[in-house]
Amino acid sequence: MAVTRPMLLSASPHLRAALGVPQAMRDVVIALFPAVVMGVIYFGPYAAAVVALAVVASVGTEYALCRLAKAPVTTSDWSAMVTGLLLGLNLPPTVPLWLPVVGGVVAIALVKRIYGGLGHNFLNPALAARALLVAAWPARMTTWVSPFDGISTPTPLAQLVPRAAEGLGAPPAYLDMFIGNTAGCIGETSAAALLIGALYLLLRGVIDWRIPVAFIGTVAAVTWAFGPLGWFTGDFIAHILAGGLILGAFYMATDWVTSPMTRRGRVYMGIGCGLITVLIRLWGGYPEGVSYSILLMNIATPLIDRYTAPRPFGAARR
Amino acid sequence: MLALVKAVRNGIIDENPVFRLVLGLCPSLAVTTAMVNGFWMGMAVIFVLTCSNLFIALIRGVVPSKIRIPAFIVVIATFVTIVDLMMKAYVPEMYKTLGIFIPLIVVNCIIMARAEAFASRNSPIVSVADGVGMGLGFTLSVMVIGAVRELIGTGNLNLFGFALFGQGLGSDPAMVAVLPPGAFITMGLMLALINAAQRRKAKASVGGEA
Repeated sequence: MAVTRPMLLSASPHLRAALGVPQAMRDVVIALFPAVVMGVIYFGPYAAAVVALAVVASVGTEYALCRLAKAPVTTSDWSAMVTGLLLGLNLPPTVPLWLPVVGGVVAIALVKRIYGGLGHNFLNPALAARALLVAAWPARMTTWVSPFDGISTPTPLAQLVPRAAEGLGAPPAYLDMFIGNTAGCIGETSAAALLIGALYLLLRGVIDWRIPVAFIGTVAAVTWAFGPLGWFTGDFIAHILAGGLILGAFYMATDWVTSPMTRRGRVYMGIGCGLITVLIRLWGGYPEGVSYSILLMNIATPLIDRYTAPRPFGAARR
Repeated sequence: MLALVKAVRNGIIDENPVFRLVLGLCPSLAVTTAMVNGFWMGMAVIFVLTCSNLFIALIRGVVPSKIRIPAFIVVIATFVTIVDLMMKAYVPEMYKTLGIFIPLIVVNCIIMARAEAFASRNSPIVSVADGVGMGLGFTLSVMVIGAVRELIGTGNLNLFGFALFGQGLGSDPAMVAVLPPGAFITMGLMLALINAAQRRKAKASVGGEA
């Protein structure tokens, strides 16, 4: 009676899903591939270098810090790579090459590893790093160029909302905004490429539809209602396609670690993100509010989880 | 004599008000955008802390314990008013920079804590030593925080009108360091570093005994 395998004795659940963290993260990398390709087509090989450096810096920092802390090296779970990719795609294509490196180090070291690594960070690392970079180098993080020719241009969002002393500019055609032929961050302009990847993630069950649908729906409803020319005149299609809304709603607000666990909570998260985004876009000091809205709702996530926890069957009402 | 040295040393290292007791965070975060600001803030705190410790130690026998807190505040407020007017008269530029944080020394936790926990139960001479030590500890801490933030945020270090790095280091300092988020990030990282060093020291001493 030769025992070839030690018997495993553990508490339930005993069924293990095939979908684990490494598989899910690899799926996100696959889903982001079209956006990376479109970014490189529009903004040239320099954009590829920016994204690549963000990825190298993130994965390198993860590796170095794990070794330094004598902890298990977690670079093989792909999560640092996803952080690096999202960070790179969230940078303007004009940034100097040291900037994605600083961003990658900040994202992994200050936002993720310092709290104990994946699963312990309370903010989305890529977005928090982006917010810090915007605060540190505001001019460099808001220098936009048009695709192909690299002439400096405002983003569609800047043309969509009239600012003080400026008239309402003509935003680009919907088709250009859909395929990504506008100024913006490397990976945010092409709605088409992002949606292809998002569809893949939804089909694979990596992300829940509730957060992106609630997020984008809220933005559409509120921007339509509070139009620049009066009630219900807002150009909500342009508001959906412009800026980082699709990238943020599908890829970053849905981060497993920093979004609510309950289904109801996810709807609240999406609505909250949408409201904050529109507040900043229409009445705030910045043209774009997607990244700040997601960061703020990340902070609210433990609270949402607490108040949307389902009541166990038969338990007393509080 | 040894007790006096110990009291000073205690304030600077073992019970450093900012990094070990985590008191007086309001000025430590708000005025540390430059090292010089930290220096002047520290000077004001040293003066108030030393004088108030001395007077509170002197009157501790005659003040009924029920009204000791209001009595402490009157003593502290007196010296804060002196510092406030002195700085307004002799260093008006710095007074403008530090602004509300000079009058706010009245409610500074470090000063109240030392009055209540130390000066009201010790002799005047030791209390003065405690005030000097705690004040120096505060001054050094805010100067270090200020230096780090100034260096990262402006790429230079201003040593009383003399720029340490001439034209500055690099053309692109990270402005965020001199903004409010930079204060919290710098403070958090420094606390983490000091705690790590402390833990390593504790571990080493335990290992040495075993």
